[in-house]
Amino acid sequence: MKELMGLINIEHEHDFLEELTYFRCGAATPFAGRYRLIDFTLSNMVNSGVDEVAVFTNHKYRSIMDHLSTGADWELARRHGGIFILPPDWNDPSDISKGDLRHFHNNRDYFHRSTAEHVVISGSQFLANMKYERAFERHLETDADVTCITVPVENVLPEHSPQLRINEDENGWVTGFSNDPENKNVFSNVYIIKKDLLLKLVDQCIAYHKDHFFMDGIKDNLPDLAIQSFHYRGYTMFINSVESFYRNNMSLLEPDHFKSLFFKNHYIRTKTSNEPPVKYKEDSSVSSSMLANGCVVEGEVQDSVLFRGVNVAKNATIKNSVIMQRCKVEEGAYLENVILDKDVHVSSGQKLIGSKEKPFIAAKRQRI
Amino acid sequence: MKKEIVGMLLAGGEGKRLGLLTKHLAKPAVHFGGKYRIIDFTLSNCSNSKIHTVGVLTQYSPLELNRHIGIGKPWDMDRQRDGLATLSPYTAQDGGSWYKGTADAISQNIHYIDQYDPEYILVISGDHIYQMDYRKMLEQHKETGSEATISVMEVPWDEASRFGILNTRENLEIYEFDEKPANPKNNLASMGIYIFTWASLRNYLIEDMKKEDSSHDFGKDIIPAMLNDDHRMFAYRFDGYWKDVGTVKSYWEANMDLLEEDLSLSLNNREWRTYSHDSHYPPHYVDQDGKVNNSLVTSGSWISGSVNHSVLFERVDIGKGSVVEDSILHPSVSVGSDCTIKRAIIMEETVIPDETVINGEQYDEPVVINQQNIADFNGVKGGR
Repeated sequence: MKELMGLINIEHEHDFLEELTYFRCGAATPFAGRYRLIDFTLSNMVNSGVDEVAVFTNHKYRSIMDHLSTGADWELARRHGGIFILPPDWNDPSDISKGDLRHFHNNRDYFHRSTAEHVVISGSQFLANMKYERAFERHLETDADVTCITVPVENVLPEHSPQLRINEDENGWVTGFSNDPENKNVFSNVYIIKKDLLLKLVDQCIAYHKDHFFMDGIKDNLPDLAIQSFHYRGYTMFINSVESFYRNNMSLLEPDHFKSLFFKNHYIRTKTSNEPPVKYKEDSSVSSSMLANGCVVEGEVQDSVLFRGVNVAKNATIKNSVIMQRCKVEEGAYLENVILDKDVHVSSGQKLIGSKEKPFIAAKRQRI
Repeated sequence: MKKEIVGMLLAGGEGKRLGLLTKHLAKPAVHFGGKYRIIDFTLSNCSNSKIHTVGVLTQYSPLELNRHIGIGKPWDMDRQRDGLATLSPYTAQDGGSWYKGTADAISQNIHYIDQYDPEYILVISGDHIYQMDYRKMLEQHKETGSEATISVMEVPWDEASRFGILNTRENLEIYEFDEKPANPKNNLASMGIYIFTWASLRNYLIEDMKKEDSSHDFGKDIIPAMLNDDHRMFAYRFDGYWKDVGTVKSYWEANMDLLEEDLSLSLNNREWRTYSHDSHYPPHYVDQDGKVNNSLVTSGSWISGSVNHSVLFERVDIGKGSVVEDSILHPSVSVGSDCTIKRAIIMEETVIPDETVINGEQYDEPVVINQQNIADFNGVKGGR
């Protein structure tokens, strides 16, 4: 098999999560008890045998750098290859590139140095537990220039609306990209492309003063390119708003969803943290919830996601909520439809209630 | 490369009295406390005490132990010039032999210790559960100008005859060592934690190697020989939690101790963390029928039954309608539905069929179950 190299391009992802992305980029948003959004794509790449991955970041990337570090937790701390976190740093005075083309232009070495002939490119907002092998095989079999991974959805949800839709012929060749809300063939923003072509399109885009590699280089060049569509039919989610963030956390509490995302194919990797097992005390009452290591639970937890090291005191109640790392919920507090960012301290007797449509969000390190 | 102190961690013991638990692995590698192995506690103590030069002496069934400790990464001991070294028995030009005793294990590795030209050497054993700052013990060792300092804890007088007792003067200077005395004169028991002044111990080890009748043991040979020569030796008092997990019963008790509210040893202590390997399992999940109280539950587990006063390791499944009480379930144990498990230790990857009843309450020791013996238990449907 010809080698595949990876690229996670988050240049054009917006900070869609209000308070949760004041101090971090969307890709670094904590999700599902112990992960960050970027873990899913990165794990899929690593578990598909990709052993060099670059990350194009553009701002608020401290949390991404801290999280990915040397890449050791993804087995990407390698002598050759491994992880390349590439923040915007460029000093070429003759550089006329714009948008994510600046990343491609200034990091050409990453592509040149690798012997891989194909690149798998992804954002961070599409979550699934999948291997790219089959898509890559199809890509090679059909000798496609580009293979787009698409998700045929049953019900169109709000989080699908910003995604491109793909029209294709009976052989899977893409005939058009659109924003048609009726089209249920949703593009996942994951695609495989020939490396030589990628570099050629980068030059072309820069010469025409373009600023978006996929939109200008691939979508607008459709007539000149052979683009395949590869359907992925497993459990998927798109996280691109507070609403979709919250709803998908809650939806993971359905046993079937949880199993499809976490126990299928492979385990999703993340930065490990050496937390002890969860300690349940005498009066704890927990149901339909996921709890990451390091929590201490004395109160009641229902239909909720508890990240690592959360403390729930006696007679405290947490319902339909997402409680991030090291939050402390004191005695008698009542939380319903709430998202607490890391290190929030809810003092005793407080009542925080949001709605399902608009959960109450508390930013990092608040005392309530 | 000079180091003030080098740690020597004895991890070669078989742990016979742990029965099935140590059939295929060394005692220090036995699972403990929901996600740890027994040796993690002493390795973490070294790491937290800033002792990063540690030789781990292995001998009995070392495969899993070696894989677990590796190059010492979880304890920050993966270092360029010192760090963790696994010291197994070896052959050399003059032949070679197994480690014949705790002292012999160190004697055979004098060349390892000499590389670091240390002033002191810490000798500890990989089968005790406790959290202790060895720096404080070293401080006392220096202050008293001892040749040897032995850590002790007070035990109830009526139990003193089960321990190695150190008879001390008022200032804690040791004048006599009594191994399991019938009529104890003191209630300070040795915890098997020693700090020696290396230059002095080195001579005793070399002498001891020459003695054919010696059992090459610290407690039986080295300490008595040093006392005999009137060396300055002091006891170091430790009043935290300490447990030797030597038997199935004490292993079970020590796990259950972790569920106690006011235990001085805490896995959640951020100032004194216990380090181990981390896995990539997702958070554990308790479904709508699940119920967990007074227990430890670790990542990757799936709880549909009821769990009370138990310790669950990673990736344990508890089926619907099952009741687990006073038990320890090792990694990847799968309990079917409508089972009852009481006072049992279920070993790694055991699959327990639906409607199995395992009741360890009728025995003196908790029952140890693995895939081979599960069918032998009364109450197992289809069993005998």
